[in-house]
Amino acid sequence: MNSVDKVTNILVVGIGGQGVMTATEILAEAAISRGHDVKKTEVAGMAQRGGVVSSHLRFGPKVLSPQIAPGEADLIVGFEAAEALRWCHTLRPGGLVLMNTARLVPPVVSGGLYDYPADPVAEIRARGIEVHAFDAMAIAIELGDMRLGNSVMLGAMADHLPFPADVLLASILRRFQARKPEMVDVNRRAFEAGRRADAQSKQAPVTA
Amino acid sequence: MAAISPASSLPASVASNPRRLLSGNEAVARAVWESGVRVAAAYPGTPSTEMLEVLSRNSPTDLYTEWSVNEKVSLEVSIGASMAGSRAFCAMKHVGMNVAADALMTFTLTGANAGMVIAVADDVGLSSSQNEQDSRTWGRFAHLPILEPADSQEAYAMTKFGYELSEQFQVPVILRLTTRICHVKGLVQTGERVAPVAGRFEKNPRRWVMVPGHAKARIPLMFEREQQLRAAAETSPFNSIDEGHDRRVGFVTSGPAWMHVREAFPNAPVLKLGFSCPAPVAMIRAFAATVDTLLVVEETEPLLETELKAAGITCHGKDFLPRIGELSPEVLKPAVARLLGESVAAPAALPAAVFPRPPTMCVACPHLGVYYTLAQLKNVTIAGDIGCYTLGAGHPWNALDSTISMGASMGVALGLDKGRGEADKDKKVIAVIGDSTFLHMGMQGLLDITYNRGNVTILILDNRTVGMTGGQANPASGKDIHGALAPRVNFAQLVEALGVKPERIHMVDPYQLPTLFKLLREETKIAEPSVLITNRPCVLIDEYQKQQAYTVDTDKCTGCGNCIDVGCPAIQVQRREKAVKASGKEVELQFVAIETAACTGCGLCLQPCAPEAIIPAVAVQSINVMKKH
Repeated sequence: MNSVDKVTNILVVGIGGQGVMTATEILAEAAISRGHDVKKTEVAGMAQRGGVVSSHLRFGPKVLSPQIAPGEADLIVGFEAAEALRWCHTLRPGGLVLMNTARLVPPVVSGGLYDYPADPVAEIRARGIEVHAFDAMAIAIELGDMRLGNSVMLGAMADHLPFPADVLLASILRRFQARKPEMVDVNRRAFEAGRRADAQSKQAPVTA
Repeated sequence: MAAISPASSLPASVASNPRRLLSGNEAVARAVWESGVRVAAAYPGTPSTEMLEVLSRNSPTDLYTEWSVNEKVSLEVSIGASMAGSRAFCAMKHVGMNVAADALMTFTLTGANAGMVIAVADDVGLSSSQNEQDSRTWGRFAHLPILEPADSQEAYAMTKFGYELSEQFQVPVILRLTTRICHVKGLVQTGERVAPVAGRFEKNPRRWVMVPGHAKARIPLMFEREQQLRAAAETSPFNSIDEGHDRRVGFVTSGPAWMHVREAFPNAPVLKLGFSCPAPVAMIRAFAATVDTLLVVEETEPLLETELKAAGITCHGKDFLPRIGELSPEVLKPAVARLLGESVAAPAALPAAVFPRPPTMCVACPHLGVYYTLAQLKNVTIAGDIGCYTLGAGHPWNALDSTISMGASMGVALGLDKGRGEADKDKKVIAVIGDSTFLHMGMQGLLDITYNRGNVTILILDNRTVGMTGGQANPASGKDIHGALAPRVNFAQLVEALGVKPERIHMVDPYQLPTLFKLLREETKIAEPSVLITNRPCVLIDEYQKQQAYTVDTDKCTGCGNCIDVGCPAIQVQRREKAVKASGKEVELQFVAIETAACTGCGLCLQPCAPEAIIPAVAVQSINVMKKH
């Protein structure tokens, strides 16, 4: 078996400003803490201006190319419904899509130039892809801050990684312990809420 | 079912390795610091910006850093520092080197004194640039060595090596990066800093004063140096062979393309060039003899391929590989299959059809009012420039008619004025440029307009920062690279000094649409240069102050859609209806809502709202409660 085969490929997608790059960075730190070689890359030239962000994370014994080839993503994490649909073709057969069902409608759609997909979850499932869908934004707002969506999404990923969920949680909390210790507890709760949302979404299909 | 099966446990030695996760830019910055560099200068530009940002976090007494007004000045500052005996560093994006090239092409004759590395970052694939260029060309053009890292670790190592090479051969060294180096994070083993050395400037006119007589004598030295560098490249450890048993195709490659080749063809022999220019031709010739077919894989131009063919080495390259955009395993695999006459595998699943998500201006951006106003003007041609405000070319404003290069709005506008034909004789010519771009290369163009009595109305959008690259300081910020107070340029005085009449210079609040419209209409009617300077800060910098947010009174909204034309992303259409006007014309009504959590109360959308349906959101529940802490 080629060493390249053991590389784990995670594609995190969303929109500039949603925290996609930070989430991937936290995931990368968790992988590094397990001794993995890591490469992380994104195309985010004008991400701060509401554009598409796709963050590639590859980790394993040795990682060469930083980009995940189409059809080779093990896991796609969509921070926004249409973005999960946009990238779902890059999933490998048997891979998993985790997605926030929240919709962020850009001006070109709001202005009537394009339509928002009617049902992104159904469209992805129609490709024979397993989808775990939940409204991470609603969960975050419930917990009191929209920005907790990031920890909710990380929590949802936690049981689909080649290392224990606690490793990822530790990686999140390390950041807050250093800079905003008062945020540690609520992020822990957001993480656990994300894990639950993921587990529940397996049973109850959700429509975006 | 878990998507990923657990990997086998990794060796403890790997797990305990204290390497850092650094982007290519961060790795270069770390190496610059470790190399004892004393002076580093740059103008921001994607994907190069973070190199100087990271370096600027050092104490000014430790390492002098500056945001220069443009890349040419940044290179000249670095040249001066090298002449003065201090190691110097300069970083720029690919188009920056076009600006700096005048200095570069003579600096190659004088050579460096203390070590000098110039990092040039190519935006391969144009994620945030007006063109695509292969900066390795400068190595051939200026007869300078090029180092091409393939990942963050190499970016670090080659930067350090660059200073040694620079001092060994008294030559400026070009570190060629691409987006896939600059913005890829990988693990890097770093080291310790060597103490910076401040040498001294040795007066030597034959070396440093490039008048024809002196320069002529330096040219043979430059060619001699190039031969020595080629010999060094032939034995450089950065040029190495990955052995492989599948010898049908052998690859010669450099930079990030190497990773893609190794990923796609793990069993093929690969000659990896890190010290890629001057090309180690003898090494490549020997390698070519060991494989059936030689394929040159380079981003983006066939520079090495052309050189090898000229040296009589049979090879393939751009006859099978694309000449534009990024390479990747999925680009390489079908190309090599075609080269071998094999059938090309069917592509993986096709992407779903999803709307595009072009970058937009921010909520409440001060540019919104400018473009709303420009979009209302009839019979105008508008020359644009490079920055966030280039987005004014897009939906819903469609307000820009040209974008070429930094500062080009000035000269292009003058040319549109002077070159106009009979059909355009009544057209008004407007130029739109940001504060930083004006200071970068627009000032000279304005001087050309006033000197040559052009008829152009100029908008300087002064938002006090370099917005598009993430809010770096410039001489309009009143702050230096560290955020400390610095002299703030006075645009009104500056443009007056450049020859604009005082009565033709107006400071204008870009959130006051009627004033902006009236001034623009008046000034475009006057057949001489006018300058309107907007005076409100970028919404992403500290100077911006949020106001009370707004909401839509749905009972009053008539669906006219005027507010949508402002282009603010916080305004969303909730529903559409077809209606027939009294004139019998069918119109589409668009009823809107304001995303109050995003709204910062700039008040732009109120102004075109005739039914006064946009009202203060007094009792909006804050969902961002944590922010108050």
